Amino acid sequence: MDIFIQQLVNGVVLGSIYALVALGYTMVYGILGLINFAHGDLVMVGALSALALLKVCLAVGLGLPASLALATLGAVLLCGGLGVLIERVAYRPLRSAPKLAPLITAIGVSILIEYGAAMIWSKQYLALPPVIQSTTWQLAGAAITDLQVAIVVMASVLMAGLLWLIRATPLGVAMRATEQNAEVAGLMGIDTHRVIAITFLIGSGLAALAGIMVLLYYGVAHYFMGFMLGLKAFTAAVLGGIGSVPGAMLGGLLLGLIESLGAGYVGELTGGVFGSNYRDVFAFIVLILVLVLRPAGLLGTASGERA
Amino acid sequence: MNLPQRIAQWWVHGQTWPGASWTRRLLVVVALALLPFLLEAVAGRAWVRIADIALIYAMLAVGLNLVVGFAGLLDLGYVAFFAVGAYAYGLLASPQFGIHASFLLLLPLGAIAAACFGVLLGAPTLKLRGDYLAIVTLGFGEIIRIFLNNLNQPVNITNGPQGVTLIDPLLLGSFSFGKPHSMLGVTVAPVHAYFYLLVCMVALSMLVARRLQNSRIGRAWAAIREDETAARAMGIDTRNLKLLAFALGATFGGVAGGLFAAVQGFVSPESFTLQESVMILCMVVLGGMGHVAGVVLGAIVLTALPEALRVVGPLQKAAFGHVWIDPADLRMMLFGLALIVMMRWRPAGMWPAPGWARRTPSAVGSKPQVAARGRDDAP
Amino acid sequence: MNNTPVLLQAVRAGRQTGSGPLAGLLLIGFLALAGCSREADKPAAVAGPVERVVKIGLAAPLTGSEAHVGEDIRNGGQLAVDDINAAGVLVAGERLRIELVVEDDEANPTKAATVAQSLVDRKVAGVVGHFNSGASIPASRIYAEAGVPQISPGSTNPKYTEQGFKTAFRVVANDNQQGPTLARFALDKLQARTIAVIDDSTAYGQGLADTFSAAVIAGGGKVLVREHTTDKDTDFKAILTSIKGRKPDVIMFGGIDPQAGPMVKQMAQLGIRARFLGGDGIQTPNFVKLAGDADAEGVYASMPGLPKAQMPGGQAFFDRFQARFGKPVELFAPMGYDAVQVLVDAMKRAGSVDPARFLDEVGKTRYNGVIGPIAFDEKGDLRDAPLTIYVVRAGQWEPVETIGGAAAAAPEATPAPTR
Repeated sequence: MDIFIQQLVNGVVLGSIYALVALGYTMVYGILGLINFAHGDLVMVGALSALALLKVCLAVGLGLPASLALATLGAVLLCGGLGVLIERVAYRPLRSAPKLAPLITAIGVSILIEYGAAMIWSKQYLALPPVIQSTTWQLAGAAITDLQVAIVVMASVLMAGLLWLIRATPLGVAMRATEQNAEVAGLMGIDTHRVIAITFLIGSGLAALAGIMVLLYYGVAHYFMGFMLGLKAFTAAVLGGIGSVPGAMLGGLLLGLIESLGAGYVGELTGGVFGSNYRDVFAFIVLILVLVLRPAGLLGTASGERA
Repeated sequence: MNLPQRIAQWWVHGQTWPGASWTRRLLVVVALALLPFLLEAVAGRAWVRIADIALIYAMLAVGLNLVVGFAGLLDLGYVAFFAVGAYAYGLLASPQFGIHASFLLLLPLGAIAAACFGVLLGAPTLKLRGDYLAIVTLGFGEIIRIFLNNLNQPVNITNGPQGVTLIDPLLLGSFSFGKPHSMLGVTVAPVHAYFYLLVCMVALSMLVARRLQNSRIGRAWAAIREDETAARAMGIDTRNLKLLAFALGATFGGVAGGLFAAVQGFVSPESFTLQESVMILCMVVLGGMGHVAGVVLGAIVLTALPEALRVVGPLQKAAFGHVWIDPADLRMMLFGLALIVMMRWRPAGMWPAPGWARRTPSAVGSKPQVAARGRDDAP
Repeated sequence: MNNTPVLLQAVRAGRQTGSGPLAGLLLIGFLALAGCSREADKPAAVAGPVERVVKIGLAAPLTGSEAHVGEDIRNGGQLAVDDINAAGVLVAGERLRIELVVEDDEANPTKAATVAQSLVDRKVAGVVGHFNSGASIPASRIYAEAGVPQISPGSTNPKYTEQGFKTAFRVVANDNQQGPTLARFALDKLQARTIAVIDDSTAYGQGLADTFSAAVIAGGGKVLVREHTTDKDTDFKAILTSIKGRKPDVIMFGGIDPQAGPMVKQMAQLGIRARFLGGDGIQTPNFVKLAGDADAEGVYASMPGLPKAQMPGGQAFFDRFQARFGKPVELFAPMGYDAVQVLVDAMKRAGSVDPARFLDEVGKTRYNGVIGPIAFDEKGDLRDAPLTIYVVRAGQWEPVETIGGAAAAAPEATPAPTR
């Protein structure tokens, strides 16, 4: 039983990370109808730049909290700026182009960021200096660290904040209007270009935060780390209903649980025919099943055009 | 018309190079026949091998072009079909199971197997469009690779990550592609023999692709690509035609895979990563979506370019005493950049399909159409 | 000139494939690209009538994530070439001048075959390489067809020498040798009865884990569970949790340091007390960095070859390497060095630099290298290959015990500490 609880804990933490990355996907998709393939790579840039800044700050002699705060701020600003730049340079000129064009551009942006990062930070797995001492608590036989708790809390807070932003602020109204019909929103006096740029800014900032959490949690960062994470997060967004913020959270949690419990128990359930080596397959199968059976996702609104 | 004008016509207006007579064709055949020997004399046999690989990629690009360029379905898992073909040949013509079937049997078998997988992928994704389809195909490609990597237990089928070794070279009658042959005083090495075979296969695939494009099927695909709803309203069976696009595209991949396994003699899952899919997509996009000859050019340029970029490393070392930009990274960055730049300024590719640009002469890329071409577009 | 024919031709061409310009571009493009790649391949000027230039190829990943390993091998090979050229080795009355032809295989199977062909083209007498098994195997066929001996400094996949090629050799223990050694160590020295095995689904990791598991079972131990991850993953909580439920004495990982580091860390977070051991892929300084000193403490790893300090050519080699290249030996430089020496040694004994003549002599090698005595079995594997078990103590890998090789007779190091 304690093993099962431990797997649940693992799943929830993993799911929170997926959810955080999925928020960015869902925001951009909601407003532009575009899968920003480069989103996962922004997570990677967030992690690697935060790591570099952290090392510099610590080397200068700043304390740990100050260094962490500075590194976080720097990484969020860098990723936010990068996101806006990508939108401005790569996606905006293609706003009215056929759908294939921005999609291929997004793949190009993703490759460019990955190998740009490989050039700057090398292709090695970079280790986080041993500065974070985590405490482990025992809860019903399961081990829980303070970092895990922090990740879940932070993801929940960010999601709540985002929901509030979208539901209760003038900016949120503008975002929702742009999402529903950009042309009409423009006629109503909304600067849709600006709204989209802000969406990218927020989404990319969230990506940076997710990257920092991954860095702190696993202690490693690497130029290719954003790719698989991005795919999984996208799956989570689709599962929950793309375009829906609570859906992203739900989808992330579900996917995390599916993966943890799947990897943990599939070997026993299938008598060893399938093992934990099929872990990555679960996510893709979930994705295909959702798209085939319920394209709008769990919390999304059905829309014929979307899928 | 003088030559610069012709080149301008061809580049700007996307018209086919004017003039194709029988003498010209004969020249092409002679040039292709001499090419491997010329390459070997000028640059060494390694370049003949690179040419072989380029031709395999050309087949893949022609196949992916059916799906992406003709039917407008973005497939990011195309390498899966390549893998199916390669493993079909590799497993049934190697000591893995002790079976050494003839390639005349295996090549069609690999093609059929790949086509089945094409339908398998196509069937559940029929309702999906654009980006959703891209992600699902990507996932499909990864699933195939993960299965190939893990199907060595509980029963060993694919030999897992170790890969399949000692795959038989092609055997045509008593002519083995794996041994050097001496004909009319000229020694034809395996790489040369494969080169000729692959040139024929590429020519055949180009021919098939062109015929398809100019057939009812090709026009229906173009209609689906431009506006699926309208196409359906016009009575086009979009479901079956999309499935057909997947199946036919996969067939090309399967054949290319079988040839790859024979040329290489070794297949392992690491040759079939997502990166390869993206690479083939780059060839199609940069070469010219929807243009058969264009994507072949794209395949050749993108295969040869990395080899040429190899000199960048030593050059940097000579100039700065340190390699700042890894040539492999530089190549990937250039690909990424090229995709962005192409989509922005030249979405029809390096060598656009004939008649492409005539519709949007002033602002290529700002109009909602990619590679629109019908038969009536011929100049 | 009348315009009509051109137009007519254009119309006709519109219906047919535009193969004319395509073939032209193909030809021009290839010749141009091919031409510029040749620039490094100038024949060297030969001075003196008795000097004989012999090319030896070296192929390894010089770019990408394993570039540092490839560079290490290259430097090792270069040092051997320098030594031989300085010593003035005589073969059939001619003074050898070795030229090292270095190629980058990018750790990619397709590229490896191309590179192999390119080396064969340039008439190399022998090849040192490749590093990755996935590169060595496809390349070995090309070397075999050309009759050029190939000595791999680092490929441990048993299949490489099992293909029946007379030209394939290696100066490193293969996974079939490494796995059982590690298993015996776990059963005998660590007194482990129950073992959980994880692999990273790569040729290397899975091969090592397979041979390890088989040897554990043969030795009377119990493999409780076999779990898998990938060489890109960093989250192992799910598989570690399910392993925790089975309470093994030892967890063995077939894979490399980027996974092993975080894995050990996550073991500690989950409160798993079992000992952790792995193969040469985790015996790196980076593993200790990734896991952190505290969590890495007491982790065991095997490594083909003798401990650096015990290698016959040992300290002298390391000092010279440091002096020549300004950096310490990473891992495989001694193997690269010895591979070159073995080739030249065979040439000396055969009295010929023609691979057709000296290939047989490579198989009969009895050479005392930096890594110890080198002799090959009938497949081309290193006979009685030494393996050393290391343990992390205070953030450093320290040798615990050497098995096989000449050092088998050497006194054993201190017993393993408990974690």
